[in-house]
Amino acid sequence: MTADSTVGVPSRAAVSLRALRKRYGRLEVLRGVDLDIAEGRITAIVGPNAAGKTTLIKSILGLVRRRDGVIRVGGETVGLDPSYRRGIGYMPQAARFPEQLTGTEVLALLRGVRGEAAERDERLIDQLELRASLPTPVAAMSGGTRQKLNAAVAFLFRPKLLILDEPTAGLDPVASAVLKDRIKAAPGEGQTVILTSHIMSEIQELADLVVFLVEGSIRFQGSIASLVERTGEDRLERAVARMMRES
Amino acid sequence: MSGAPVLASQVRNVLRSRWIAAYAVMLFLAAALLIRFGGGGERALLSLVNVVLALVPLVSVVFGTLYVYHAREFIELLLTQPIGRGGLYLALFGGLALPLSAAFLLGVGAPLAVAAMQEPGIVRQLSTLLAVGVLLTLVFTGLALLVAVTIEDRAKGLGAALLVWLACTALYDGVILLVITAFRDYPLELPTLILTALNPVDLARVTLLLTFDVAALMGYTGAVFERAFGGGFGLALAVALLLVSAAIPFAAGLYWFRRRDL
Repeated sequence: MTADSTVGVPSRAAVSLRALRKRYGRLEVLRGVDLDIAEGRITAIVGPNAAGKTTLIKSILGLVRRRDGVIRVGGETVGLDPSYRRGIGYMPQAARFPEQLTGTEVLALLRGVRGEAAERDERLIDQLELRASLPTPVAAMSGGTRQKLNAAVAFLFRPKLLILDEPTAGLDPVASAVLKDRIKAAPGEGQTVILTSHIMSEIQELADLVVFLVEGSIRFQGSIASLVERTGEDRLERAVARMMRES
Repeated sequence: MSGAPVLASQVRNVLRSRWIAAYAVMLFLAAALLIRFGGGGERALLSLVNVVLALVPLVSVVFGTLYVYHAREFIELLLTQPIGRGGLYLALFGGLALPLSAAFLLGVGAPLAVAAMQEPGIVRQLSTLLAVGVLLTLVFTGLALLVAVTIEDRAKGLGAALLVWLACTALYDGVILLVITAFRDYPLELPTLILTALNPVDLARVTLLLTFDVAALMGYTGAVFERAFGGGFGLALAVALLLVSAAIPFAAGLYWFRRRDL
């Protein structure tokens, strides 16, 4: 693994992984991952298919249970207690909400789960021009509108940690630009972002730091600039492609 | 964090499903037609028993399994919220069992309530039929959740759900028949009683038949069943056994759901 020390990884980590291992039968998906996700930064996790990106994210979210190693989110060790997830907002690649509920009811359900006292941020609902569609049942929403709802849900409770899986997939250019602006503004509001995307130009636009994962091991972590410099390429896309070929 | 908001939204979502409405209408038509053309009163109820014993488990297990598979991504999203798996599982169970029970009570209960007004003597049988129908809904909703959380593949899961239904409604009786034939020279009343108690559909059938005072048709075995499940204590025992039948798959599914990777 190559660690980039020039970026000055902050002393505080929003997420810490220590010796994280996960195996599905004979297949070892994560092979002792040690990683600190810097607080107040945007970190992209990249790697080829089957590199372990989804398993890593699902482990942080508590969806993967049978694993070895230690995960800390905001200093709390991830175990059976779900309360640490109060500080997390998650946007899956494509969320499927209950078809017969309206957007308003979906948001009300999540407010109920979080508790009415939970701080809320509904700016994205307006910025994405979603409010007019909220009384519509999910079954009658277009794919793009569902994806806007998905994004709004992730940001709704002012989470300290945002985990965004291919966040702009399925969004039109206008909504995509709005969401990217919101993601870029997140560190300024004290939020940490972890994102995955297959669009390298998007990662280059949004992320400060990059974690390169191959076959369940971290091959590089540091700034995008240092990754590009290290490979001798001129863009992140080519730098990542080169690292994939080399690995 | 409580699963109450999830339960409320699941109930709302399922109640709005056209399949639940179709289920209630189907039961309503079956009950109304049997009362109109099935001889009325107790005879109609007896005919309805067979419809209930086949349809309630089938719809509960198939609808429940498909619903959970369909909601898989949303279940994942909910589990990224501060909610425990136990609370969510209970909410999913309730969110299916309550609307299915409501559809059953409305579909079967409404026409039978009208019949009971004309013939007050059948109120006890009517109440037992409704209670047993709800208990079967709980048993097969629990089995549906168990199937959906233990089998990853949807097609295989649906196959397993249908197999569970077939096993409980037909195959199990075949096994009992085989046992009786193979050991016909031995006293089989007690083993038959135990085997019957182990299958919720058979247990429901015996409980209902005893309520209709047709145990005499089952010969000496009927008399044994009458002794075990007849009367107030027997009915309470049958209800308790059906509740245990519902609790076992529920607990097994919950155990698996708490540990599985999503």
